Amino acid sequence: MGEQKYKKVAYYPGCALDGSGHSYNRSTKAVGKAVGLDLVEVKNWNCCGAMEVKNIDPKLQTYLSSRVMSIAANEMGFDTVMAPCNGCYHNLKKAEYDLANDADTIETTEQLSTKAGHATYEAGQIETIHALDWIKQGIGEDGLRERVKNGLNGLKVANYYGCMYTRPRHIFPEKDKGDGSESTYEPHFMDDLLEAAGAENVSFPLKTACCGGAHTLSDSDMSTKLVLNILKTAEACGAEVIATECPTCHSGLEMHQIRAEKEFGQKTEVKILYFTQLLGLALGVRPRKLGIHENVSDSMSFIKEKGLV
Amino acid sequence: MTPFADIEEQIDAESESATPLAADALLNLGEEVLSRWVEARGGTPTVDTREGFRLLALHRQGAKGEPSFNACRETCRELVYQRNLIVAEPDHPDTGQRVKLAGLVAKHLCLFVGGKMEVSGLGEFCCSSRELRTGSG
Repeated sequence: MGEQKYKKVAYYPGCALDGSGHSYNRSTKAVGKAVGLDLVEVKNWNCCGAMEVKNIDPKLQTYLSSRVMSIAANEMGFDTVMAPCNGCYHNLKKAEYDLANDADTIETTEQLSTKAGHATYEAGQIETIHALDWIKQGIGEDGLRERVKNGLNGLKVANYYGCMYTRPRHIFPEKDKGDGSESTYEPHFMDDLLEAAGAENVSFPLKTACCGGAHTLSDSDMSTKLVLNILKTAEACGAEVIATECPTCHSGLEMHQIRAEKEFGQKTEVKILYFTQLLGLALGVRPRKLGIHENVSDSMSFIKEKGLV
Repeated sequence: MTPFADIEEQIDAESESATPLAADALLNLGEEVLSRWVEARGGTPTVDTREGFRLLALHRQGAKGEPSFNACRETCRELVYQRNLIVAEPDHPDTGQRVKLAGLVAKHLCLFVGGKMEVSGLGEFCCSSRELRTGSG
C-alpha cells in the first residue's frame, strides 16, 4: 500500500528536465496523473549547483540546493520534495546532510539566504525523494498492477540506475534498512516497478556503473567506450531495452550509442527509454504524452512491434 | 607496468577464451587496474584482502581521499561476484556466458579508472600524453 504523504509532493524538475531530459519531465507528470499522485512544481526554482558549482565551491552548491528546499518548505508548506534527476536528488540529499552536520556550511547558507531575502532552510524541514521512491512508496507495486492497462508483455529490461543514485551512502540514511527500503549495494526499486508493469528484468551487472557523463567534454572517446560497454553488457544479458532514471545517463547512452557506431563502427540495437516512459505505456498513456518522440533515438517502431501501443 | 591498452586486450582475450580459468585471470587484471591507480597517486598497492578479496581492499585504498572513486565500488563487487559464480560451478552450462559478463565488468573497471586517471592528470593518462597513448602523436 502506498504512503499517503507521497500523494501530493513538491516537484523539483531541475535544469536537465527543462532541456535535454524533457521527455523524462513529460513522462513523470503523465505517470503521476495516471496513478493519482499529484505534483506541485517548486516556485521560482534554481539550479541545484550540479557539478559546475560544486567543483568550485561546495558550500555555494549547498546553498543553491537549500534554497529549493526552503521555498518548498517555507513558502509552499511542503515537507517532501521529489527530484527525478539523479544529480538534483544527490545534491539535495547532500545539502541536507551538510546542513545537519557542518557548522561552516550552516553559517554560509544563513548568510546567503539572508542576502537573497528568503528564509534559511533548516535541516529536517524537507524529505527529498527520487521519482522511484515517489511511485514505489506512493502507490506501490500492487497499486501499479491494479492500474496497468497494457502490460509490458515480458519485455526484457536492463535497469540502469547510474552511479549517483546510491552514493555516497551516508547521505541516504533511509536506504539499506531491510525489507521495503532501497539498497545501495543492489538497487531494486526500478526493477520492482517495471516487473509489476509486466516487464521481465534481466540480471544486469553494470546497473550502478559509471556512464562516463563526467568525461563527455574532456574525453568523448572515453565516454563513448564506457557507454558502449554498458550497451554491450545489456545486450549480452538479453535485454531489449535499457530503462533509465537519470537524464544525464539517458542522454549519454542515447548520444554515445550513435557516436559508437559513427566513430568506432560498433552498432548496438538495445533501446533506451526512461522507466517512466515504460510505466506510462503500461498504464495506457499515449506515447506522445510520454515524450517518446522527444528522445534522441527512435523507439516508436520497436514499441509498436512489441504491442505496447 | 602494463599499459591500460594492453590490459584491455588481455581482458578481451580472457573473455573470448570462455573457460573457467579466465575467472581468476580477469580478477587479477582488475587488481592490476586498481594497483595502477594507487601507484599513480603515490601509494603502494595493498596486498591485504577485504571480504577475502584483494580487489576490494585495493578499491578501498584507492577511494581514500577520492570519494568519486566509489563510482566503481559496485563494479568491483560485481567482478568478484561474477568470478565466484564461475569458480563455484566451473562445469555449469552458463560458464561461457558468465565469463563473457565477467570480462565486460572487468573492461568497465579498466575504462573507468583509465578515464579518471586522464581527468586527474595521472600517469600515462595525463592530457598531454593523450596523443602518444592514442598513437596519433
